[in-house]
Amino acid sequence: MDVMLRFGREFSSLSAEHEGTDARSSPDDRWSGLMVAAQAGDRTAYHCVLREIVPVIERAARRQGVTGTSVDDVVQEVLSSIHHARHTYDPARSFTAWVTTISQRRALDLLRKQTRQGARERHAPLAYESYAEPDAATDRGLEESDNARILREAIAELGEGQREAVEHLALRELSLAEASRLTGKSTGALKVNLHRAMKALRTRLGGQI
Amino acid sequence: MSSKTHTNLIDALAADLVPVRRLHSPGLRAAFWLAVVAAFAFGLYLAYDITNLLIRMEHVPEAKIALAGAVATAVLGAVAVFQLSLPDRRPLWGLLPVPALIFWLGASGLGCLERLQALPEMRWYTLLEAPDCLLNIVALSLPLSSLLIFMLRRGYTLYPGLTSVAGGIAVAAASTALLEIFHPFDAAGTDILVHALAIALVVGVNRWLGGRLLNKQPRA
Repeated sequence: MDVMLRFGREFSSLSAEHEGTDARSSPDDRWSGLMVAAQAGDRTAYHCVLREIVPVIERAARRQGVTGTSVDDVVQEVLSSIHHARHTYDPARSFTAWVTTISQRRALDLLRKQTRQGARERHAPLAYESYAEPDAATDRGLEESDNARILREAIAELGEGQREAVEHLALRELSLAEASRLTGKSTGALKVNLHRAMKALRTRLGGQI
Repeated sequence: MSSKTHTNLIDALAADLVPVRRLHSPGLRAAFWLAVVAAFAFGLYLAYDITNLLIRMEHVPEAKIALAGAVATAVLGAVAVFQLSLPDRRPLWGLLPVPALIFWLGASGLGCLERLQALPEMRWYTLLEAPDCLLNIVALSLPLSSLLIFMLRRGYTLYPGLTSVAGGIAVAAASTALLEIFHPFDAAGTDILVHALAIALVVGVNRWLGGRLLNKQPRA
């Protein structure tokens, strides 16, 4: 309870400072002292001050108009900036004002970046989803399976010699010698059978495939 | 993200902490840079005969005013640029050298125009002198710019562009003031266009370099 009261008092005085009533209130003195210790290399003090100023950064960011998760982005940016700029802090000046000015600037940087991105990019998921790809043919699979069935039926109706020639030379893509060895027919006979089979299929299928 | 990520970052930053030397006040840093300019001026005073400068100051009141304007611009520009090198300073500091800049350029321009009206043949002389003038200002600005950028990199500006421009103005003004010491031409108006070009060049290069060098490699 005691801790909560002290916490409340600290944040009340912080709000008063933002209204310009007291530039060096208690939290400011504390943070300034911690920052001086951090400049000397005190990691515990540094950890403490960084953790405690997160609400100050968030408030400054929101006042600049930053909303949602972008506030967290600003906090991260400001913490990094403070780390790199910690040697520039002068304990004669208000630490809260120092942090607030950096936070305001980083918030504005983020808003500008978002505005620039907004001008370049459009968020239009529906337009993407309803885009008709020219090459897309949803019934292509069916069409291809129909053609294959018709061709299989036509080949099945060929005579035995012609069917063998088509199956070995055209479908399995064997060489003439291999087909000759498998079927026991001469290469010349295979050639003639293939030629006749192609002619017959062309006549039978016409423009179907 | 929020608290967990913040905690992770804070842990990492605290683990990375090393002691740092606190930056000197901007006034002191500006004074140091101006002291280097003054040392340049003293060196030039020893190396060159300043009779021409004294005669010019005595007989050409505009030259005196222009020189005072250039010195004021250099001083105020230096103060502004070192203030801007700190992250908690307002960008309005960038306006500090502007009145002196207007005063300096106005006095130089008016002096030049008056002399050109009185002695039209000087127009060609000034044009012949122009490349030397330009070269001298640029040459003088090089070491001053380098020192300034080196010193600014110790700071942490949130406005690299504005800081660089203010720095360029300070350097150009200081270089022009130094030029007055050894430039033999008896007129405050070496060609105003050449001065303007030299200033624009120095400011532009500082802006370009400064925008890239400031805060690109933050220092602890």
